[in-house]
Amino acid sequence: MTPIDWLLKDAPLATRREITPKLGFLLTVLLAIVWLIPFLWMGVATLRPASEGINLMAELMPSLKPTLDNVRDAWEIGDFPRYALNTTIICTGILLVQFFTITLAGFAFARLDFAGKSLIFYLFLMQLMLVPVLLIVPNLRIIAQFGLYDTLAGVMMPFFASAFGTFLMRQAFEAIPTELEDAALIDGAGLFQRIRHIYVPLSMPSFSAFAIISVTSHWNDFLWPLMVINSPDKRPLTVGLSVFTATAEGTQAWGTIAAGTLMVIAPLLITFLIFQKRFISSFVTSGIK
Amino acid sequence: MSLAEPAALPVATSAAPRLHVLKRFVGRFKASLPAYLLLLPSLVFLALFTYGAMGRVIIDALYQRATPKAPVRFVGFDNIAAVLADPAFTGAVVNNLIYAVGTAIPSIGLALLFALALARTSAVSSALRAALFLPVLIPMVAASALFLFIFLPNVGLLDYYIGRLLPVLPNWLGDSDIALYAIMVITIWKNAGYYMLFFLAGLQSVPEDVMEAAHLDGAGPYQRLRHIILPELQPTFLFVTVIAILNAVTQVDHVFVMTKGGPSNATNLVLFYIYQQAVEHYDIGKASAATLLTLAALMGLTALSFRTMANREGGR
Repeated sequence: MTPIDWLLKDAPLATRREITPKLGFLLTVLLAIVWLIPFLWMGVATLRPASEGINLMAELMPSLKPTLDNVRDAWEIGDFPRYALNTTIICTGILLVQFFTITLAGFAFARLDFAGKSLIFYLFLMQLMLVPVLLIVPNLRIIAQFGLYDTLAGVMMPFFASAFGTFLMRQAFEAIPTELEDAALIDGAGLFQRIRHIYVPLSMPSFSAFAIISVTSHWNDFLWPLMVINSPDKRPLTVGLSVFTATAEGTQAWGTIAAGTLMVIAPLLITFLIFQKRFISSFVTSGIK
Repeated sequence: MSLAEPAALPVATSAAPRLHVLKRFVGRFKASLPAYLLLLPSLVFLALFTYGAMGRVIIDALYQRATPKAPVRFVGFDNIAAVLADPAFTGAVVNNLIYAVGTAIPSIGLALLFALALARTSAVSSALRAALFLPVLIPMVAASALFLFIFLPNVGLLDYYIGRLLPVLPNWLGDSDIALYAIMVITIWKNAGYYMLFFLAGLQSVPEDVMEAAHLDGAGPYQRLRHIILPELQPTFLFVTVIAILNAVTQVDHVFVMTKGGPSNATNLVLFYIYQQAVEHYDIGKASAATLLTLAALMGLTALSFRTMANREGGR
């Protein structure tokens, strides 16, 4: 069996002799390789000693004398541990508050009947329509009025309410059979107890899907923290990396830039490779974000 | 509720109509109170950073201060007129349109190719899907750092490997005729894998038996694509197009890192213009006016996307 036959072993018999799908597949394989080249270069350049000179910098064949000097330099020059800490604080802070707000609001929409429900529903929907990235200028002014300019809390605050998360939780809660809640009602469980002990534990897949989307998008946020943060020691990874790149670019220290980039994206890439299926299904639901 | 008790109503209303309405209103409000309390935390933040911000944009767009310390004065539509008359803004809009079309079409086309080629799940196709999806995960700033070297003149990755085939080595990011296209390459690289996911999901709804029947009738791959797969994917196409256009406006971090809008404004995009007005020129009035214009354009588009989604939901 040739490799092509093996790949097509599940294809309907009638299509196995067609040439176009095979060409399409071949093209996709070639493009996937091209897609990986920037990552490949990043890895190779990180390990290449600076002594090999600028002319060999683009070589994709790994150096025969690999070194960790670039990683050490980036670690020392870039203050990456501090940036990583700031990004972690931002992502965790946002996510924890979001869990609180979206659980409560999601429950209200899923299970309670109240006056003005559709009006409030549209008020939430508005957040999806007013693309938050575009509101950087007014939001910066509001943050400054609160005295939160140049603070991590200021970076986090505009994201504390999430219409996307609320709708996701509403959907999850609606799928839970009401019989379970009725049983708890008979036992005298209050509203918060029912949410805490019935709805939340049964909606873990939705929470994890939301966590993946929330953390990756705020991990990658650049423009908003760039505007809010002024002090170097409060920079998140993305802002830190851009400043670091601008500095190292001046000295043509491309190996160090590659090492710095690697440090910034490694946590996300590793988590993705472990939880690949979850990531992919979460990203499919994120289309409406 | 109202239909269940029509007999009792006339008596009550004739006695004290206002009071009754008020009582019912209070009763309804009391019954709704738990829900309002649950919604309150979200509504507070939405009020501040969505509606509050929206109101702020409108007000700021109507006022202007001559110097950062001077008092604000009402200028009506002057800011909007000034933005529309600013060649930097109109240039940014034109660039952004080119950028939107030039990134949306190739990335959607590639996404469709990837999805068609990798629709059948196997170890190989999952690995390829993961490879194509990797750029989606990384920050745009990290992608920019990598592509800064890829596009570096003479010694960069692109020139090192394929530059030798060209008679003259182009300065990818330094030439104002090329820079915008170089920026577009990064966006296509970063987003094609994301859009692929939606096509993969869409392909699942292509009915297997119709495909079988088409095979038996002797329909070739092109005919099956044209007459079965593409019509089935139409909602996905609309949906992904809207996301791609939204991304073309909002996802422009690489402009900040790589070109700062240059050379000579060739890569200046709308969001970068807004940032420049607010942060570099301290001109909140112009920044807000530009924000307002962009929001108006995008809200129309998002409204369209919700209609698209509603149609898709309804179609199933």
